[in-house]
Amino acid sequence: MKGNEAIAISAIRNGVDGYFGYPITPQSEVMETLMKEKPWETTGMVVLQAESETSAVNMIYGGACCGKKVMTSSSSPGVSLMCEGISYMAGTELPCVIVDVMRGGPGLGTIQPSQSDYDMIVKGGGHGDFHNIVIAPASAQDMYDYVDWGFELAFRYRNPVIILADGIIGQMMEKVEMHPSKPRRTAEEIRRDAPWATTGKTPDRPRNIMTSLSLDSDIQEVFNRKLARKYAEIEANEVKYTEYLTDDAEYLFVAFGCSSRICEAAVDELRQNGVQVGLLRPVTLYPYPFTRIGELASGMKSIMSIELNLGQMVNDVRLAVEGKCPVGFYGRQGGNIFTPEEVVDAFLKFNNLK
Amino acid sequence: MDTADIKKPENIVYRKPALITDNVMHYCPGCSHGVVHKLIAEVIDEMGIQESTIGICPVGCSVFAYNYIDIDWEEAAHGRAPALATATKRLCPDKHVFTYQGDGDLASIGTAEIIHACSRGENIVVIFINNGIYGMTGGQMAPTTLIGMKTSTTPYGRDPKLNGFPMVIADMISHLDGTAFITRQSVHTAAAVRKAKSAIRKAFEYSEKNIGLSFVEIVSTCNSGWKMNPVDANKWMVENMFRKYPIGDIKDILK
Amino acid sequence: MKEEIIIAGFGGQGVLSMGKVLAYSAIMQDMEVTWMPSYGPEMRGGTANVCVILSDRKIGSPIVTKYDTAIILNQQSLDKFEKSVKPGGLLLYDPSGITRHPERKDIEIAKINAIEVAANVGNSKVYNMAVLGAFLRLRPVVGMENVGKGLRKCIPARYSDLISLNEDAIVKGGESVLIINEI
Repeated sequence: MKGNEAIAISAIRNGVDGYFGYPITPQSEVMETLMKEKPWETTGMVVLQAESETSAVNMIYGGACCGKKVMTSSSSPGVSLMCEGISYMAGTELPCVIVDVMRGGPGLGTIQPSQSDYDMIVKGGGHGDFHNIVIAPASAQDMYDYVDWGFELAFRYRNPVIILADGIIGQMMEKVEMHPSKPRRTAEEIRRDAPWATTGKTPDRPRNIMTSLSLDSDIQEVFNRKLARKYAEIEANEVKYTEYLTDDAEYLFVAFGCSSRICEAAVDELRQNGVQVGLLRPVTLYPYPFTRIGELASGMKSIMSIELNLGQMVNDVRLAVEGKCPVGFYGRQGGNIFTPEEVVDAFLKFNNLK
Repeated sequence: MDTADIKKPENIVYRKPALITDNVMHYCPGCSHGVVHKLIAEVIDEMGIQESTIGICPVGCSVFAYNYIDIDWEEAAHGRAPALATATKRLCPDKHVFTYQGDGDLASIGTAEIIHACSRGENIVVIFINNGIYGMTGGQMAPTTLIGMKTSTTPYGRDPKLNGFPMVIADMISHLDGTAFITRQSVHTAAAVRKAKSAIRKAFEYSEKNIGLSFVEIVSTCNSGWKMNPVDANKWMVENMFRKYPIGDIKDILK
Repeated sequence: MKEEIIIAGFGGQGVLSMGKVLAYSAIMQDMEVTWMPSYGPEMRGGTANVCVILSDRKIGSPIVTKYDTAIILNQQSLDKFEKSVKPGGLLLYDPSGITRHPERKDIEIAKINAIEVAANVGNSKVYNMAVLGAFLRLRPVVGMENVGKGLRKCIPARYSDLISLNEDAIVKGGESVLIINEI
């Protein structure tokens, strides 16, 4: 199935309570698939087409307030509109999953694949002092698996989780293994797992207020520091990455999402020509695998960040490397996609091997 | 008669509703918000629906409504309360869900949200406080500001050539098939307060019938923003606001 | 085994669904598969192409620039992809509407008049299956029993009466393919 379809099917099979979305290429198949599957007749999942991305994200804000598993999906321009709600949910400490199937920008840009929202999503995704947990799928299987993983993280830390995908992962069809499904949680389970939620004030507890407003600087600062402790915990526990042929590598590629797949092919080609190169794929973009990249940097002749943008993640790679080896960048923009050969060329040029 | 005597049950003639908390209200003296809060609290109490009611606060003066009525609350971003209410009601269909919004929130930044919630026929209650001005940010022009009315952003009076015309939201949404009950009320006299309360009660009752959205507009004063004393503000409202926003039921699909 | 295939033509010719049937058939044979379409506002009439990769092993890059096989259904696509076939690879094309025929000598070239096949089968909509049949005759990368299964995955249940028609087109397409350049 397509990556976008995998998101929809996974949501139904993993007990998601609600999806609220707005059509935008290249991810409209998510809502189309959900509408076709009619999960409200089977699991009771709510699916609604909102009047805008702004509304869609505020609908999941409302649903998250009730302790429900709610999600939305969009593509770059739509996610810009959603940043309001993302910030409110971070400030209210609400769990949710948002899928960004990136396309070329800025502005209306193109509808072809891109990774140009890295900075927007990983460094912010709305106003204020906060982090999204960001996970980057590289296959349709990942799209399927990350919905459930995303909700696990979102509820464990009461924090928005963003699945940062791209047009390739969304549109590409691949084999997907569907794991045993999970039922939706009952009202009692929600009351137990999310005692903070607006489930209706009962005599046994004070009223629950879901808000990000404090107006008092001291109270706000206490809250910001509480968030900082949470982020420290996330950074300590949740970093995830995969490595490909790094054991004996003298050179390293760093790439996420679809770019990591293309780099894998570039690694194979270079290895055939006797160049000892490896690949690190950050699976979580926040928290970022700074430590591991730093460790690897000590033994490398150079590291290259390969991205479908003008060079956004490369800044994090530089932070991780701390000058231990040269850091290079190669990218394509606007919805153009590099081929493994192009990456090999860029690698040879950067390392003066040509 | 000392305080102890006054508090004796046989001497009590008026008390605050059980669901109004002890928090000190931040509203200006003479403001309509406090009265409307009281009416909502009474209706929820009398209907016995405290455990099933979820309120959605706006951004504006009533942003702190959650401090005053003892139910579960969600605090929306500016204008988005109907979006939160939509999801809350659809995901928890057995709950009574209402939004409480001012004219800046509902009629300006949140027009898309309110119109589409009405259009979809969400089974929620919307309480709309229309005082023709932005109170919280210091008295700027609202979409409902009357022609000629002075505000901090229309210091020479609202000029339609410069600022357009006042928006009559309740009438606009009455044309949408998803709305069930639309009424315009006020709370400036005891009689008006009683009528407003029964309108709010009716709106909550209609929301149980799954027949569409119920909308109660309360034409209100903002004596601070209008720069009048409360008595003059009430008078000005009757003479000016009621002409553009006449009191009464606008739509009732069960009648 | 790894086969990298580009299928390209006009939108509406069934390019994407041909790729889909091929991809599903390979999945039925327990292979790894990627199906990566070009996508855009042109739903009909514009150019459409899909890259299908079939492999025994996990597939790395879903984006490639050189193909083992190019299946070409219009002139624009022929101009664009003829040079992208790997030496020794296969170019299969439908000659209708083609004004400049393929010229390379280092690849295998075959043609299929699929409009005629579809007309003989009795339904112009099975055009793409005739082309698929021609390809599978030249490159039997998936067994026919799995193609049947893949077809059933792709055709909605309400159109199940069309399965035999499609299968017919695949068989007839296989019988009608002509090899022009052998290497």
